[in-house]
Amino acid sequence: MGFFSKIKNVFQNEEKNKNQDVKKEVQVYEKGLTKTRENFVSRLASLTKNHKKIDEDYFDELEEILIMADIGVNTVMEFMDRLRARVRKEKIESPEDLKEVIVDELFIIYVHDDVLVNKIQYAKEGPTVLLFVGVNGVGKTTTIGKLAHQQVEAGKKVLLVAADTFRAGAVEQLKEWAKRIGADCTYKDSGSDPASVVYDGLQKAKNENYDVVLIDTAGRLQNKVNLMKELEKINRVIGSFIENAPHETLLVLDATTGQNGISQAKAFQEITNITGIVLTKLDGTAKGGIVLAIKEEVGLPVKYIGLGETKEDLQVFDIEKYIYGLFKDMM
Amino acid sequence: MFESLGERLQSAVHKIKGYGKITEENIGDAMREIRLALLEADVNYKVVKEFTSSVKEKALGEEVQKSIKPGDLFVKIVKDELTELLGGESTPLNTSGKPAILMLVGLQGSGKTTTIGKLAAYLRKKHAKKPLLVACDVYRPAAIDQLKQVGKSLGIEVYEEGKKDPVEISKNALAYAKENGYDYVLIDTAGRLHIDEELMLELKNLQKEIAPQEVLLVLDSMMGQDAINVIQGFHDDLNLTGVILTKLDGDTRGGVALSVRHLTHVPIKFIGVSEKLDGLEPFDPERMAGRILGMGDIISLVEKATEVIDEEEAMSTAKKMQSGKFDLNDFLKTTKQIRKLGPLENLLKMIPGASKMGLNNVQIDPKQIAHIEAIILSMTPYERKHPEVIKASRKTRIARGCGQSVQEVNKLLAQFDNMKKMMKQMTNGNMKMPF
Repeated sequence: MGFFSKIKNVFQNEEKNKNQDVKKEVQVYEKGLTKTRENFVSRLASLTKNHKKIDEDYFDELEEILIMADIGVNTVMEFMDRLRARVRKEKIESPEDLKEVIVDELFIIYVHDDVLVNKIQYAKEGPTVLLFVGVNGVGKTTTIGKLAHQQVEAGKKVLLVAADTFRAGAVEQLKEWAKRIGADCTYKDSGSDPASVVYDGLQKAKNENYDVVLIDTAGRLQNKVNLMKELEKINRVIGSFIENAPHETLLVLDATTGQNGISQAKAFQEITNITGIVLTKLDGTAKGGIVLAIKEEVGLPVKYIGLGETKEDLQVFDIEKYIYGLFKDMM
Repeated sequence: MFESLGERLQSAVHKIKGYGKITEENIGDAMREIRLALLEADVNYKVVKEFTSSVKEKALGEEVQKSIKPGDLFVKIVKDELTELLGGESTPLNTSGKPAILMLVGLQGSGKTTTIGKLAAYLRKKHAKKPLLVACDVYRPAAIDQLKQVGKSLGIEVYEEGKKDPVEISKNALAYAKENGYDYVLIDTAGRLHIDEELMLELKNLQKEIAPQEVLLVLDSMMGQDAINVIQGFHDDLNLTGVILTKLDGDTRGGVALSVRHLTHVPIKFIGVSEKLDGLEPFDPERMAGRILGMGDIISLVEKATEVIDEEEAMSTAKKMQSGKFDLNDFLKTTKQIRKLGPLENLLKMIPGASKMGLNNVQIDPKQIAHIEAIILSMTPYERKHPEVIKASRKTRIARGCGQSVQEVNKLLAQFDNMKKMMKQMTNGNMKMPF
């Protein structure tokens, strides 16, 4: 039984069991990914319909579909090679049968043999420190607001640290989020040294027994040497103040990002110890396929996805649901 | 920005240069390289297909077959096609209205608020006109604050009424602008998805009510294949007059620049090239195509230099150089002018063949120039005019004054000495370029 039929069963069973929570979660995925899915799936479906047999035309069109989903160019080229090999070896003839193999292979790219953990790694004692990094405009501050909201809801004492002292209005934006969700916020005037804001925040967190500290940093393009050095310093300050911190460093990535996503992942991974990706803006038409290439080439898994602008619009990433969301109409 | 694309195209083209004749077989490799390079640069799949087939067709055409150097002609075909793809000629802003109304729209996080500040500063500088910024992002937390801070740092007024109806705010802002003699009204709108019907309707209403001359889509240059859906979505609803590409100072290959005009016929009007508020440049298709191919951009470089360097000052410096009277005071002035040119990395990239000389990845620490300035500023006026008097004890004092080591002071003096020697050679007419 291919992966395709496996997840189909999983979801049918879940629905049979009337597990309301899971069902609700799946629906949010489906809703957010509707636009994403419509394009991608309708094209895959018509690909299957339009081609009676598997020939070069079929492969060309499949390659186009995958490239259009922003899955990395190298990843797609290798994927196509593997697929061709499987078609030859397993003597697959009808596009209908190949559909399952395609999903199967996509799943393999992402998962490999890894055991993927999407839960936040909490500190055994003392505050858990989460650091958010990324290029400009990906949604770091909004993501922090949403994730902090979940922590507050879970009854944790939450502190936000406004270490984006560069962008105009960034401190105010985080303060407004703190107010909205009922968390506290450490900040200084814009233009202050971000590392010193972090220092103050961590001191406050220790003294006043906060459970979770979420640190916002300024957006920086990964080729700006000075800004990357600044991030290195922030990271060092955190590590020297609280052992093993930051416990999570999350790279926030815009789903509309193309091939540059790989360069972003590599550069930020070099400076900090990235533990996962938050894929934002997945409620648009972008597919965020670059995360498959990032997982394959840099080894970074997605932990959360952002599906909108309200405080509830953040979900734990689940590759099975993600693929299910993409391929639902095909099943 | 486009280095990697340029390099790959260069190496592909280089292979062809060796052939005496272009055939379907010997350009096969080059065509595949070009195709992959463009795809990796996030150029839209359909555009890549059209581009490669059109280049191939022309390359195999009669004209090339007769040419003596088919390789050179192939390069020309690729460059011409790229220029064509980038939009042929550059399109200026329509600022005919009194006041001229410009509306900026786009997805969340594309850089609208920063760009609107840059655009206002650009218009003020270029045309010596008075711009007004209008805060119509009434959704994102602190968006109005952000625009106010941008306005404050530029000394440009921001019109805001808090979180009210954007149409209402804009109408009042227009009346205010007319009353107070503003020449440009720039409207900042909230980021939104092109598929968000409610918010797109809000933009349509806003456009209907205030009739802007320019509706500019602010687009992140790191966008992938989805860019075309976004452009099309905004264009269908608002009939865009132009696109501003942002974040081109990153290492993205920015293939989206190639897709925008070709698929929608909407011209790219500006590009954002730095985080600072003066980092906006008019988009020039031909220069961009040359830059992609690694042919350099010497025209941009020259223009940029003439814009910021005070001509009189430059003339007097040149005269002093020739007469050998160039002293550390003049050196200080020169470093200040160089700083005005912006990040030096950007300038280096404009030099033709920069990528071949390995200059495209050079990182220049702006602090180094600051250090040089600090050292000179720690000297007495007499020492600046007569650097030869600076011996051990003076060096120690200067070093202490600027917080640098004596070695750094020595290094600067040695460099200055070399420079003077080079200038003498220049005036003697046997100048040799350092590269």
